[in-house]
Amino acid sequence: MDLSNPAIQASLSEKHAALLTGFEESYGMLTVISPAAEALRLLQHLHDDYGFRFLTDICAIHYPERSGEELCVVYHLHNLPENKRLRVKAYIPIAKPDIATATRLFPGANWMERETYDFFGVNFVGHPNLIRIMNVEEMDYFPMRKEYPMEDASRRDKDDEMFGRGGSFF
Amino acid sequence: MARPVQYNVHPKPAEMPEGHYGEGFFAGKLSDVVGLARKNSMWPLPFATSCCGIEFMCLMASHYDMARFGSERMGFTPRQCDLLMVMGTIAKKMGPILKQVYIQMSEPRWVLAMGACASSGGIFDSYSVLQGIDQIIPVDVYVPGCPPRPEGVIQGILQVQDLVQNERLRQRYSPKYQALLESYGIQ
Repeated sequence: MDLSNPAIQASLSEKHAALLTGFEESYGMLTVISPAAEALRLLQHLHDDYGFRFLTDICAIHYPERSGEELCVVYHLHNLPENKRLRVKAYIPIAKPDIATATRLFPGANWMERETYDFFGVNFVGHPNLIRIMNVEEMDYFPMRKEYPMEDASRRDKDDEMFGRGGSFF
Repeated sequence: MARPVQYNVHPKPAEMPEGHYGEGFFAGKLSDVVGLARKNSMWPLPFATSCCGIEFMCLMASHYDMARFGSERMGFTPRQCDLLMVMGTIAKKMGPILKQVYIQMSEPRWVLAMGACASSGGIFDSYSVLQGIDQIIPVDVYVPGCPPRPEGVIQGILQVQDLVQNERLRQRYSPKYQALLESYGIQ
């Protein structure tokens, strides 16, 4: 099977046009953009028909300026026998950040989805145990969203007075 | 016959607590003697999480040689140690573990925060990093630096030794100390 970028693009547009909205190519790596509701189905086809059996990573990106599709969930897939990599992107609104879990397709997605939930608050519907994995359990916000100032003046835990970051310096 | 090489050219006489002494006896304050004994046989517990830990290894090795100050015996169990040396960034998730280690140490116990991260969070002005270990446990001596030079840590250890020597025997039972522990939620 020809797994060059144009061949994959042609094959996907022909067979699964309903599962995708577009393509991008950056630095030689093909990106398939899929509607969030169809992303899992697309992953299933890529897994079964194209040999992308290895899930390298799941992560998310926050685009505050894109209203209605602020969060982007990114899947990195790898076809190990052919050594071919592919990226799948799905955009979801931050008000309702739901996307189907990929844990049944790739058991390794379990921790990756927990991490993505932990940092971006993406709700993976159907995940067996969607709780925080990296941060403290008490945390009540999603720290990697671009909603916070770099140096947050409202923070209480930074002792500014002792370390020359304002306060009584002289 | 004289030895060809005299190693200890400037022998330093051992310091002696105040008191009365004569042939075969010494009468002084117990707290002085206990302080002297404690001070010169500190058992450090290294809690090294990052680059300051590497500097600490240098401190313990032959070049800087903490053994000169009676602190060469590291204990890797908090129950045997009396000096907790926190070296490196402490993430908020590690905070409870550090506190647990501190609680497991028996009194009297001292804490040395080595480096900017342990003292104040350092450059990690971040949601995940504890902004100084003094938010969860009381700290006796802060050693600034990123990382501090081994000489700096030696200075810090000497300051801890000063504290140890001059501590009153009943100090840990005082209401002030109890209130301090209470403020950290430690019984």
